[in-house]
Amino acid sequence: MSAQNEPDTGGDDLLLRIRGLKIEGRTEEGWSEIVHGVDLDLRRGEVLGLIGESGAGKSTIGLAAMGFARDGCRLSAGTIEFDGRELRAAPETARRKLRGNRIAYVAQSAAAAFNPAHRLMDQYCEGPVQHGVMGRAEAESDAIQLFERIRLPDPETIGFRYPHQVSGGQLQRAMTAMAMACRPDLIVFDEPTTALDVTTQIEVLAAIRDAVQQFGTAAIYITHDLAVVAQMADRIMVLRHGLLVEEGDTRSLLSDPQEDYTRELLQIREFQVDERRRPADAAPVLEMRGVTAGYGAATILHDVSFQIHKKRTVAVVGESGSGKSTAARVITGLLPPTAGEVLYNGEALPPRFDRRTKDQLRRLQMIYQMADTALNPKQRVRDVIGRPLEFYLGLTGAQKRERVRALLEMIELEPDTFIDRLPGELSGGQKQRICIARALAAEPEVILCDEVTSALDPLVAEGILKLLDRLQDEFDLSYMFITHDLATVRAIADEVVVMHRGKVVESGPKSEMFTPPHHDYTDLLLSSVPEMDPDWLDRLLAERAELARQGRVLKAADN
Amino acid sequence: MTAVAQSSLRLLRRSPWSARFGMVVILAYAVTAIFAPLIAPYGETEIVGIEYEPWSEVYPLGTDNLGRDMLSRMIFGAQNTVGVAFATTVLAFLIGSVAGLTAATLRGWTDQGLSRLVDVMMAIPPLVFALLILTIVGTTMLNMILVIAVLDSTRVFRLTRAVAMNVVVMDFVEAARLRGEGLWWIMRHEILPNIMAPLAAEFGLRFCFVFLTISALSFLGLGLQPPTADWGSMVRDNATLISYGDITPVIPAAAIALLTVGVNFVVDWFLHETSGLKE
Amino acid sequence: MGAILSMVAQRLALGLLTLFVVSLIIFLSVEMLPGDITQAILGQGATPETVAAFRRELGLDVPAHLRYIAWLGDIVQGDLGRSLASKREITELIAVRLWNTLFLAGLAAAIAVPLAVALGILAALFRNGWFDRGINLVTLSSISFPEFFIAYALIFLFAVQWGWFPSIVNVTPDTPFWERVYRCILPAVTLTLVTTAHMMRMTRAAIINLMASPYIEMARLKGLTRSRIILMHALPNALSPIINVIAINLAYLVVGVVLVEVVFVYPGLGQLMVDSVSKRDIPVVQAACLIFACTYILLNLLADILSIISNPRLLHPR
Repeated sequence: MSAQNEPDTGGDDLLLRIRGLKIEGRTEEGWSEIVHGVDLDLRRGEVLGLIGESGAGKSTIGLAAMGFARDGCRLSAGTIEFDGRELRAAPETARRKLRGNRIAYVAQSAAAAFNPAHRLMDQYCEGPVQHGVMGRAEAESDAIQLFERIRLPDPETIGFRYPHQVSGGQLQRAMTAMAMACRPDLIVFDEPTTALDVTTQIEVLAAIRDAVQQFGTAAIYITHDLAVVAQMADRIMVLRHGLLVEEGDTRSLLSDPQEDYTRELLQIREFQVDERRRPADAAPVLEMRGVTAGYGAATILHDVSFQIHKKRTVAVVGESGSGKSTAARVITGLLPPTAGEVLYNGEALPPRFDRRTKDQLRRLQMIYQMADTALNPKQRVRDVIGRPLEFYLGLTGAQKRERVRALLEMIELEPDTFIDRLPGELSGGQKQRICIARALAAEPEVILCDEVTSALDPLVAEGILKLLDRLQDEFDLSYMFITHDLATVRAIADEVVVMHRGKVVESGPKSEMFTPPHHDYTDLLLSSVPEMDPDWLDRLLAERAELARQGRVLKAADN
Repeated sequence: MTAVAQSSLRLLRRSPWSARFGMVVILAYAVTAIFAPLIAPYGETEIVGIEYEPWSEVYPLGTDNLGRDMLSRMIFGAQNTVGVAFATTVLAFLIGSVAGLTAATLRGWTDQGLSRLVDVMMAIPPLVFALLILTIVGTTMLNMILVIAVLDSTRVFRLTRAVAMNVVVMDFVEAARLRGEGLWWIMRHEILPNIMAPLAAEFGLRFCFVFLTISALSFLGLGLQPPTADWGSMVRDNATLISYGDITPVIPAAAIALLTVGVNFVVDWFLHETSGLKE
Repeated sequence: MGAILSMVAQRLALGLLTLFVVSLIIFLSVEMLPGDITQAILGQGATPETVAAFRRELGLDVPAHLRYIAWLGDIVQGDLGRSLASKREITELIAVRLWNTLFLAGLAAAIAVPLAVALGILAALFRNGWFDRGINLVTLSSISFPEFFIAYALIFLFAVQWGWFPSIVNVTPDTPFWERVYRCILPAVTLTLVTTAHMMRMTRAAIINLMASPYIEMARLKGLTRSRIILMHALPNALSPIINVIAINLAYLVVGVVLVEVVFVYPGLGQLMVDSVSKRDIPVVQAACLIFACTYILLNLLADILSIISNPRLLHPR
């Protein structure tokens, strides 16, 4: 049972040893296996990256390392030895005493994982005091020191604020500090930067790495982003469908992957369409001219102008709150602007969608970020795609049926298999394809794509981008691509519009946008995108420190 | 359609005993109500003996304060009390759900107007409000059905509006709007199919509530009027027997309780199933 | 703090407005009295003179808006008018009965609220255990019972069979406090049974709703005990729904009291109202209705304000 009996698996410094771990989840039909026997070893002070797409079981395994299973899940087989103690069979009280004390957890969204009813300091001190590690006063002064170390602003007072009074990036660092409170041997980081903007992410990554190194804490770092894990981990385990695909030292895994799946993951960022220059004298299909818009008294967009040309893709980039989605709402007519206008083939569109003609509506289609909420869960695929055919083109009966089948083939879904399905019976990528087919059914000229790939796993997202690219060629479509992900921009855009706080900061052809020099904000945005190179973060931090010495501070506003 | 039948059958097989018990109760009441004239040994208002006769083979539950057969009146009561409550609930639902759906889809002034009206109506306790209105318009059966249906439709309105609002904010509704679909189409095809489950559950709960309110009014002598056989007034008319240690007057009350318990059990299970709350 | 004050002020204004509209409705309902109804109330033999006299007694000969202002003015000064049936001052008629009703409702609330919240927390704590399942069935059933069923069942057992408590609750202003409590036990228990079930279920649901939230998972992963998680992490965030359901049920007590008073022949406001409805004593019904509505609105207003105050986001703005 204890580590001493297993001297061959890594010696005395082995902290966590998982063997044959199986985890089951409850479904309609009973228990079904999610994780099918995974082994994992972690030495003291080592950082292990768990990477995989959604459904790979990485979070479930991370929690299992704490002897914990979410409601509706159970650890059905295998052993979890933490510091020589078996957790799966241990009584709940014993496991509870380890949690937060010797094994801590950092959740994906700190804003949701901090209790809104208590001050940060009370939540920080709860662990150490309840586990009897230190007294309240000691814990408080310790917290202030930790806050200082992870460079939170006002470390003396920030703890006495409520979670909603602190920004997302700061909360995530405060949560890392809270995990450190009892000086645990192991911290499980569950996608700690996924919910953050890319510019905020840097500071949090740096803080986490710093803290872990400082105390020699071992960590399991869970993420779907290979570039992020490359900066954080000593060793990486690639998971898929609840099975281990490949495991190895970070540098060798990145430079010499053994499995096809790992290779695919590494190649994702290589897909790129050739930039097509804007035709010299042609008029734009769609144009926003001097648009100012907002909700009530708050103005979100300030004098925004840009053009979309035929058969071109314009990527509108910016972080949350930059106004990029509001721009889309103005174009679709959901939010009438207070000044300026939207032109379609040189003619002004009525500002409100319900004043537009059926034909104007037909030519401009939209694809949403969350395919889940963009499809009516009670409508079958045939009705979803069939409705615009009937509504705009007047197709009925066999004609409509044939067209639906043709559209399904276009989006690379087998018609016989999919035509009668409900959205609940489709995967995320398939749902997004159905949304594309629905837009395509209207035979549009412009499609607004609102973060269409950001909710998808990288490989699936790449498939969607390739599909959209192919359809653009076939049907002469113009795309407005709203995204916060610069990899997507690099892949699919012809032109780029950078937005920041409701204004267009910079715009131009893709090739120019990815070559310096830039506006400060564009620089910050571009340089913050993680790269696969394990030295990227060190280099970036060094560069920024150097720039700061020269008086040019590149840093997200809320850090 | 066979798929639907199969899945409901599977659902039924998994149901807990409380829900099955509820379904049996509802079924038994429905049968009694529909076939009341065939089942009842005596007529609804037929005076068959002297007052307050004890239980016997001739009168299984004895006779009431006017010498009518208790059992027969119990059976006819199923028809009257349950029937009236059911009709009232259906009416309340028609008013409340159409108004709620319209408010949620149109929003703006329609929503504001309807919601404020409902706020005011709900600011007065329903039973007290019903008493006030019935004093004015008089206690006929039709008046009572109308008053209770209107008062109760406010709650249906609130629920329908709330669940419809959750659907209205979804992207697929926005997509339908942007496609240029009309209001009725959006309500019928995009919203209604997605709120059927909570509405069905609410129907059960509202039925219980209406049923209890009507029984309460009848018990107070302000609901169904004599000589109609009705459980609420039967309790009132025979209440004096209690002080002699005779439980007969509690039987109609128990009949009311049993049906509401049954409906509540079924609704509770249904809510549990459809909300995806497993354990 | 400014945000809170303005929200509370807003609610207060809204409450006052509702009260105003409700008074208008109660007043106007008499306006809807068609001519033949006065005849129906007075009976077949009424002469046109008596009908006219009756309408004058109701004040129907003065323009409506003037009468409304006068009526409202009188009420604000504590004058509710005269009963048609007994010709007595309504204020005098109601005073003792209102106190009796409030006493009964208060007694029931004093038992029901702590009991319901405690049971709700316990059920959440032992979720899906035998205690939870058992109490779920019991409360679901007791919600379903009509008040008069519970009342008569209690009378049958505790008054008739065992004779522990009186079945007819007779209290006068001279009844000593504990004697009054003793006599009111059966009606109070009836009301408790009806309201506790609902409050307890909602308390449990409010807590369980939160148990799936990330901060509760975080608390579990910090290795806290289950009772600490529920009391320190779930309960503070469930306060607002719990306060609301308590208010709704206290308001419901006011309604339930009507039936229970009739069963136990308790000299309260509800009993008076029911009597007046059968006598069509409109001024008394109006007065009772107004008092019940006021209580109802004030309780809901109080709940609104308390739940605003219990929200940390509002209490500690950025």
